[in-house]
Amino acid sequence: MLKEIRPALVMMAFLTVLTGFAYPLAMTGVAKVLFPHQAGGSLVEKNGKVIGSALIGQNFSEDKYFHGRPSATTDTDPKDPTKTVPAPYNAANSAGSNAGPTSKALVERVQADVARLKAENPKDAVPVDLVTTSASGLDPHITPEAAFFQVPRVAKARGLEETIVRRQVQLHLEGRTFGILGEPRVNVLALNMALDALGAR
Amino acid sequence: MTSNGWLQIALFCVVVAAVVKPLGGYMTRVFAGERTLLAPVLGPLERLAYRLGGVDERQEQGWLAYAISMLLFSLVGFVSLYALMRLQAVPLFNPAGQGVVEEGLAFNTAMSFDTNTNWQSYVPETTMSYLVQMAGLTVHNFVSAATGIALAIALVRGFARRSAKTIGNFWVDLVRCTLYVLLPLSIVAALFFVWQGMPQNLGAYTEVTTLEGAKQVIAQGPVASQEAIKMLGTNGGGFFNANSAHPFENPNELTNFVQMVLIFAIGAALTNVFGRMVGDQRQGWAVFAVMAFLFLGGVTLAYWAEAGGNPAIAHLGVDGGNMEGKEVRFGIANSALFATVTTDASCGAVNAMHDSFTPLGGLVPLFNIQLGEIIVGGVGAGLYGMLLFAIISVFVAGLMVGRTPEYIGKKIEAKEVKMAMLAILVLPLSILGFTAVATVVEAGLAGVANAGPHGFSEILYAYTSATGNNGSAFAGLSANTLFYNSTIGLAMFIGRFLMIVPMIAIAGSLASKKIVPASGGTFPTHGPVFVGLVVGVILIVGGLTFFPALALGPLVEHLSMNAGTLF
Repeated sequence: MLKEIRPALVMMAFLTVLTGFAYPLAMTGVAKVLFPHQAGGSLVEKNGKVIGSALIGQNFSEDKYFHGRPSATTDTDPKDPTKTVPAPYNAANSAGSNAGPTSKALVERVQADVARLKAENPKDAVPVDLVTTSASGLDPHITPEAAFFQVPRVAKARGLEETIVRRQVQLHLEGRTFGILGEPRVNVLALNMALDALGAR
Repeated sequence: MTSNGWLQIALFCVVVAAVVKPLGGYMTRVFAGERTLLAPVLGPLERLAYRLGGVDERQEQGWLAYAISMLLFSLVGFVSLYALMRLQAVPLFNPAGQGVVEEGLAFNTAMSFDTNTNWQSYVPETTMSYLVQMAGLTVHNFVSAATGIALAIALVRGFARRSAKTIGNFWVDLVRCTLYVLLPLSIVAALFFVWQGMPQNLGAYTEVTTLEGAKQVIAQGPVASQEAIKMLGTNGGGFFNANSAHPFENPNELTNFVQMVLIFAIGAALTNVFGRMVGDQRQGWAVFAVMAFLFLGGVTLAYWAEAGGNPAIAHLGVDGGNMEGKEVRFGIANSALFATVTTDASCGAVNAMHDSFTPLGGLVPLFNIQLGEIIVGGVGAGLYGMLLFAIISVFVAGLMVGRTPEYIGKKIEAKEVKMAMLAILVLPLSILGFTAVATVVEAGLAGVANAGPHGFSEILYAYTSATGNNGSAFAGLSANTLFYNSTIGLAMFIGRFLMIVPMIAIAGSLASKKIVPASGGTFPTHGPVFVGLVVGVILIVGGLTFFPALALGPLVEHLSMNAGTLF
C-alpha cells in the first residue's frame, strides 16, 4: 500500500498542473485572440462607456423603458451583514426565488404584479414570464408577448405613436435557432437602447 | 406541450443515439491501451506521468490493489482541495479578494467535488477565487470523472476476462481517460462555448452604470473552461450560483443543447464500450434500451407537468405554463428536458430551479436520482450501477426458473448477488436515514425555505442528491450550516465509496471465473424480455423503497395544489 502513495501524490500534482493551470490558462489565451468580445463578457458600450453586458439583464423600473422579468436576487444588508435585502438583477449574486408551487408568498406576489399589469394594459392577457422570477435573476429576455404587452405604457411615457414602438419590438424579435431550438424572445437591454437612440435622433 | 417542444426533445435523442457508437469505439481503443489519433501529441505527456509517478504501465492490479489506488488518490484529492480552500486568502488569481473558506463549508465542498457530486452549499461568485475554481474545482471535475470511468471499465473487464487475477491498472486508466477522452473533448467544447458568448477571462468583476443609472457589478471569470468539463464529466458544479441558468454559463439554446448532449455523451457511449469489450454489442444496446425507456418516461412526465402550469397562478388570469424559476430563452420544454437529463446522469447542473417546479415536475428529478442514476448515469457510475441491477435481474430470473443465473457468460453466485444488494441498499439507507433525522432535529428544520410538504421535499431532495452524487438541489434549503454541511458531506461519502468497494469486489470475483458457454437453457440478455425485466426490477426496487417518502412530499403537494391549498 505504501508504494501506491507516490503515484497518488504525483498523479494529483501532475493532473492539477495540466487540467487546473495549463488547460484553463491556454483556453483563456486562445479565447482572447479568437473571441475577445465574448471572452470579456460581451460588454456593451454607450458613448464610449460600458453600460452592461448584452447577456445580463438590468433592472428597469421607469415607464419609458421595457421592463424585464421579476428578479429574486439579493444583496447583503448594508446595515446588518448577517441579513440580505432584495436587490434585483444583482449580477454578482445570481439566484432564483426557489419558491415552491404551493407557496403563499409566491402566489401573493404574483397577484400584486398581475393587478399592476392589468391596470396598465387591461386589453391583453398577462404573459406568465412578466409575473414569474427567472432562474438566474438575470434573465436578459422577455417573450414577444411580454414585450407587446408593454407597448402602450412605453409609447405613452415617451410620447410616441404605439406603431413606432411596436415596430422597434418587431425589429428586436429573436426567433428559434434553425427554426427549432430555443424559444422566441426579445433582449430587453438592446430594445431599450434602440428606443433611446430613436429619441436622440 | 407544443409540437416544437417535442421536436426539440426528439432531436436531442437522435443526436445522443448517434454519438454512442463512434465515441464508444474510440473509448474502447483508449482503454485497451491502443494507439489513437492523438498519440503523437499526448503520448509524451502520458509517459511523463508514468515516469514521475513510478508507474509501470504494463503491470496490472488485482481488485484490491485497484481499489486501494483509487481510494488513496481520492484521499489525496480531498486533502489537497480542502487545503486549497483554507489557504484561499493568497492573492493569486483572486481579483475579487475572496477570503478563507470556513471549515465546515470547505469540508463539504472538498467531499462534494472529490465524489463527483458537486453539491454547492456556497454562492461561487461571492465565495471562491479563480485559483480555487481552476486549480481546485476544475481539476476535480476532470479526475473524479476519470475515476468513475476507470471503475466502470474495471467492472467490464471483470465480465470480459476469463480466469484472470487482474482487472487493469488504476493509474493507467485514470491518465488515459483524462488525456485522451476528457481533455480533447473539453478543449473543443470550451472554445465553442466562448464563441457562443461564455466569458473566459481572469479579470476583476466589471462594475457598470446601467441605462437607468444604477450600479451593477457583473461577475466574470474563466467560465467556459470549467463549463466544458462540468458537463462532459457529469459534475454539474456551477461557476455561478444559478449554474447553467446563468446567462454567462449558458448563453443560448445552442450552448444549452450542447451541454445536454455532453452530459449524456460518455455515459451513453459506455454502454457501447461494454458491448464491445464483452464481444457482443447487442449486450450494450440492451442496457442502452433500458436507459432510453426510463428516460423517455421521465421527460414526458416532467414536460407534461411543467407545461400544465400552476393552477394557483393560472387562476389569476395569467397565460402560460410554469415559468417561475425558468429562463425565457429555454422555455418549458428545454427546462423539463434539462432537469430530466441532469438527474438521469449524476450531473446536477440545472438550467431552471427545480425547487420551483410543479410537484410532479419536481418528482421526476427526485425519482431519477433515487433509482440510482442508472439512466445513462454519471460517467462510469451509471454503467456500473446499471450492471448491478442487471445482476439482480438475472438472479430474479434464475429464481423463477430454478437455474443458476448467468450474465455475459459468467455464473452469478451468492457472492455477487450479496455485493450487488449491499451496493444498492446503501442508497435508501443514507437517503431515508438522513432525511428522517433532519426532519426531527431543529438544525434540520431551520434550513427549510418553503412551508408544508414542499419543505419536506427540500430535505429529501438534499440527501437524495448528496447520496446519489448528483449535486442538484431544491435550492431554497439553507444548506450552508454546520448540520447540513457535515451530514450532506457524509451522505456524499457513503453514496460514492460504500457503493464502489462492493462493486470492485464483484469485478475481481467475476474476472476470476471461467466463461460458461451459452446453451439452450441460457437466458438471453440482449432481447426485449431482459430489457423489460431490468426495467421492472429497477422500478420495483426504487419505487417500493422510496414511495412512502415521495407520498409525503411531492404527491401530497400535488393534491394540495390542485385543491387550492397554499402554505
